[in-house]
Formats: sequence, C-alpha cells, structure tokens
Amino acid sequence: MAVIKSIEELEKIRDQAKDLINLRKDNETKTRVVVGMGTCGIAAGARQAMLAILDEIKKRNLDNVIVTETGCIGLCKYEPLVDVIKPNQPKVTYVNVNDEKARQIVVKHIINNQVIDDWVIPNI
Amino acid sequence: MEIYRAHVLVCKGTGCTASGSENVMEAFQKEIEKRGLSKEVRVVQTGCLGLCELGPNVLIYPEGSYYCRVKAEDIPEIVEEHLVKGRIVERLLYKEHLTEERLRSLTDIDFYKKQKRIALRNCGLINPEVIEEYIANDGYKALAKVLTQMKPQEVIDEVKKSGLRGRGGGGFPTGNKWQFAANAKGDIKYVVCNADEGDPGAFMDRSVLEGDPHSVLEAMEIAGYAIGAQEGYIYVRAEYPIAVKRLEIAINQARERGLLGKNILGTGFNFDIFLRLGSGAFVCGEETALLASVEGRRGEPRPRPPFPANEGLWGKPTIINNVETYANIPPIILNGSDWFASIGTERSKGTKVFAVGGKINNTGLVEIPMGTTLREVIYEIGGGIPNGKKFKAVQTGGPSGGCIPASLLDMPIEYDTLVQAGSMMGSGGMIVMDEDNCMVDIAKFFLTFTQDESCGKCPPCRIGTKRMLEILERITNGEGKEGDIELLENLAKSIKASALCGLGQTAPNPVLSTIRYFRDEYEAHIKEKRCPAGACKALIHYEVMADKCRGCGLCVKVCPTGAISGERKQPHVIDQEKCIKCNSCFDRCPFGAIKKA
Repeated sequence: MAVIKSIEELEKIRDQAKDLINLRKDNETKTRVVVGMGTCGIAAGARQAMLAILDEIKKRNLDNVIVTETGCIGLCKYEPLVDVIKPNQPKVTYVNVNDEKARQIVVKHIINNQVIDDWVIPNI
Repeated sequence: MEIYRAHVLVCKGTGCTASGSENVMEAFQKEIEKRGLSKEVRVVQTGCLGLCELGPNVLIYPEGSYYCRVKAEDIPEIVEEHLVKGRIVERLLYKEHLTEERLRSLTDIDFYKKQKRIALRNCGLINPEVIEEYIANDGYKALAKVLTQMKPQEVIDEVKKSGLRGRGGGGFPTGNKWQFAANAKGDIKYVVCNADEGDPGAFMDRSVLEGDPHSVLEAMEIAGYAIGAQEGYIYVRAEYPIAVKRLEIAINQARERGLLGKNILGTGFNFDIFLRLGSGAFVCGEETALLASVEGRRGEPRPRPPFPANEGLWGKPTIINNVETYANIPPIILNGSDWFASIGTERSKGTKVFAVGGKINNTGLVEIPMGTTLREVIYEIGGGIPNGKKFKAVQTGGPSGGCIPASLLDMPIEYDTLVQAGSMMGSGGMIVMDEDNCMVDIAKFFLTFTQDESCGKCPPCRIGTKRMLEILERITNGEGKEGDIELLENLAKSIKASALCGLGQTAPNPVLSTIRYFRDEYEAHIKEKRCPAGACKALIHYEVMADKCRGCGLCVKVCPTGAISGERKQPHVIDQEKCIKCNSCFDRCPFGAIKKA
C-alpha cells in the first residue's frame, strides 16, 4: 500500500473507495433495476442481460443504481423482463431484453431519463 | 474497481463468531464460487450489528435483508433463492417479538428504529480489516480537517462546546480533560485509550474496537494534535483476542498508509500508537492503575492529585479516555459541536451505547440518544421480558452502579438522573432482572466480584468489602440478624468516604441501592428467613402438592440425586436431606405440583 502524502491524495482514495461501501448506504434514494430471474428468465438469457447492465454501470461509473433480481411474474413469453424504478416515478417494464437492449436502457433511460417506448411491455 | 450487485455482510463480532459466523462466511464464499457469482456478489466480514442474541447475523444489500441464526446448511438456499432468483428467504428473516411479523429490512425493525448510531456508525457497515472501507465512509477526514484547518486550541474548544462527557464511567467533560493536559508544561505528552472494559456483562468497547478500530486511532491522533503529544497507547484486555487482532491490523495499515508515523498527510505532524495488553485485573480500568500497568508496574491505583493530565504516563502530562469517548470525536469534528450538542439532554449530550443483557428478549448492543427512558430501552428496543415474567429492576453501571426499580422506568437516561437514583451511567452495562431475581442475591453477586477484584492496597476496600460480603452471605443463608441492614449501611458509608480509588468508593453502590428500593426483601430474609423471589437456596425447600401430583414419575427421572420417590399414579415425596434444590423437578412437572416455599 502506498503512503498517502497529502490531503488531496486522501480525498482521491476516498473517491475510489466509495464504491466499496456505496451499495450499503442510502439505497432508498437510488434507481432500482430488477431483472426477472425465474427459470423462464434465465432460459431466455436474463443473465447476459443482467451482466450487460452491471458492465455498463461499471463503465459509466454510476453510483446511484442498484441491480436486483426477482422470480417469475407470469409473463414468461416476454422474458427476459427488466424493470426500471426511478425514485418517485412509476415502474417501467422492458420486455425481451438482450445484451444490446440492456446497455441502451442504462444509457437512455437510467442516465438520460428517456423511456424507450418501443421496448416497453405491450398492453395485453 | 469492480462493481458488485450484491453485498453479503456476515457479522464477525465476538458474539456471532461464538455462534459460528466463521463457518457461515466460508459457506457463502464456497457457494458463491460454485455458482459462478464471485464477480457479482461480494462477501464481507463486518463488526457487531447489535442483535447478538440472534447470531450468526447476515445482512444482504442492496435490499438490506436481515437474516438471523443463519447456519452453514442454510447457505445454498439463501444463495439460490435470494442471490440468484431474488426471492427473500422469509423463514430466516428477523421476527418481531410482539407482532411475530417477519421484517424484510433492517431499518424496519423496532430494535433499530429508536437507535441513533454515532459511536457505532461503522459497526456492521464496513469491513474493519480494510482501511479503504473506513476511508470511504469519511474516515480520517476529521484528522485531515484538524491538521489543515484548525489550531490545537480550536480542536479543544470544539470538543468542549460539544458537551461530550467521558463514556467510561464518571462522565467528566472530555474537553476540560484535554484542556488540562494542553495547559500542562512539558515537551513530552501522551494520549492513552482505556480499553480495559471489565464490568460483568459489558461489551460496548469491545464491539467498537472489533467493528471500527480506525475511529479510535483517528480520534487519538486528533487528541494528540490538540494537546501536543506524539505517542499514544491503547490498553486493551488480552481476553479480547478479536479486538486485539483487528487493532493490530488497523495500526499496521495506518502506518503503511502514512496515517500514523512521521509527517502525517504531509503536514509535519508526527504520531504513533502502540498496544499494551492487560491481563484482566478489573482495577486496571482505573486510570492511575492502568497507567502503572502500561509502565510495566503492578496495576495498583494511587491517590489523585496529581491527576494524569499533569503527571500521567512516566510522569508526563497524559490524557486518558475510554474507547467510546474517542469513537465520538471524529463525527464531532466533522459535523460540528452544535450538531452533537443538539442530540441528548441539557447536561448529557450525544448518545450512549449500552450492552443490554439479563432477562430481556433482545440481548445485544444499542446506541440511544441521551434522555431516552429506561422503559423505551427495555420494552421498545429490548423487546420486553421473556416468558411473560414481571420486570423487577435494571442494574446499570456494573459493580459500581446500582439497581433501579420499576417505579423509575420512565426516568430519562442521563448521567445525573442515574446518580440521583443511586446508580450511575458507568461504562454502559444494563442488566435486566425479573421477579425471579432476589435483590439481596444480586447485591451479593456484585460484591463478590468487587471483593475478588480489590487490589488490596487500601484497607477500606480490602477489608470493608470483605466484611460487607460476609454479612450478605449470612443474610442469604438465613442467618441474618436484627441490625444487619444498618451495619451494611454504616460500612458502606465509611468505604465510600475512605477508599483510595473509584473501584472501592463505588463498590458499596449495589448494596446501598438494593437496600434503598428493596428493603422489604432484606427484611424478609432477616426476620422471616424467607426469600421472596425463591432464589436463595438456603431459604427455600421444594414440596410435592399431593392433590396435584398424578404420580407420573417425570420428576423422579430428572432428579439428579434420587431424592424423589413414590408409587406410580400415587403422590410422590421429596427427601429434604437428599434434595440439592436444583429446581429440575419444578421445571419438569407438567402439572405444577411442585411447590417452592
């Protein structure tokens, strides 16, 4: 471990280290991304979708997003399903999410606040 | 840095380690590895979460799900359900005592709702063995602030204004202590941390050291800067192996990072900290005895003055504060004295950590704002008394404190109210007693402890507590005499006035407070040769009530001395000569046919 020689260096280390404990604090104020991980979801490729979301979050250094899973909600035909829940906003559910769509959802919806209407669950 | 979608926090405090959290953590690591989730889910060891009764405790973020009494064999299910499928494992969630409701998140639990965690801010949140996690949660920020933005006197003023008082027992204003040491003449000064926590049932300091060792190191450095010291010593009990290990790791990491040693953060400030292990003598928690022990001499107290602030370690000006006191310092510096002074009451600021134990549902560690009532702590946070029994008294302040009766349950917890009630804050042990506890017996228990731990230097403590203990033994054996209570009171008064150190001066408190509130129990023992709580063995005997006994023979089976006999389906009898009053038959009888008298 390197010696911390100045206040600036200490602050730099604090910034880098924030990710270590970020997930354990103030989770109620963060955007929640919920990936359907029932047997149907996993079979349809939910894992790849989730890993893509995590990868994108890491690449873009987002610290206000949490990713969780949920079981089957009964719409197996539309799996992988991904919910995006921003604080104080209604839940948006995306269907048939793959690696590429997942990355777009992070960029467009989570970062730029634009819901991608074409991929949202149809009114059935 | 890797981003993980979930953190599994496993409590590795002493309580949970004892109930097997080591195995739980290993099982998590293995299962997560097996499932190929190592890059998504992080397993972290952490300090005490507070509910030691329910250990091993596991906390999973981001949901904040709180799982209790987790066993290694539960892990595959938790990983499969919670971490893979996102379904919370209901059966392992914390269950509220009153409503029997299973709660999904830590923050919903009554036990936590009334708490305010300042000294315990990092316990159960960070990994105590990783300095970066401490830094991430504003660690060493207060040190950076004092070194660059504050003069030593400003630091002392800030602590004074906060109203912080010593958390180790006496409640002396911390800022004043620092001022005395700062004013004392001399080039060499020392900062000492008293981590010789010895009260029976108290484990606040241990939990802070295990869960957040860096906060103590940071605060000692701040104290060193404030008074002009360059060296600090932590005197910690050798019986706290986990705390010692984490302190050693923390000190080494701080040195490697240049946060201890020469020219800290490039400011020219030098400070280093060394550990000294105590061997478990209770008196070494007394400051002058502690200093003697650090110096390598026999741990015996000496008269004050001179106070350590003028003549302390190796005769140099020294400040000596308790672990919890130090843990409050960095937040005071960062958030300001006004913030701290806004919490608590007029004369007792901030929060206090209590180790709650005895006859209570939620045994564990709580941190509450000063001024919270005993009733709130015992019933709302502590979950009340188990098995529908009646509350009788609560003992605070350990062997130096006293017993507070039910009539004072609505008293706010403050330094001064506790003293008025004949007890004291002490270091924060809180032992709850129900109707089955005999108050004379409790007084005898604590006096046995102080008598054992008396260092023997001064006669009032060495001989006086011995005489008091003999009287109490007489009373509990049914040999009490008229005038014994007055004799106890007289002896207590002389010991309090003449003993050399705090240990002796406060030793009679448990006796005095129980006489004050439960004099009738003493009188019942002495005059009627009766123990109302049925706890003093010499004063009770067991009988079979013939009309209720159905002759099932269960009592015969559990009796370890073969004292019970009788024909099947006929009332049984207890041979009083053979009976050792172990209570086994009383507990076992399904018909309530055994009578304690």
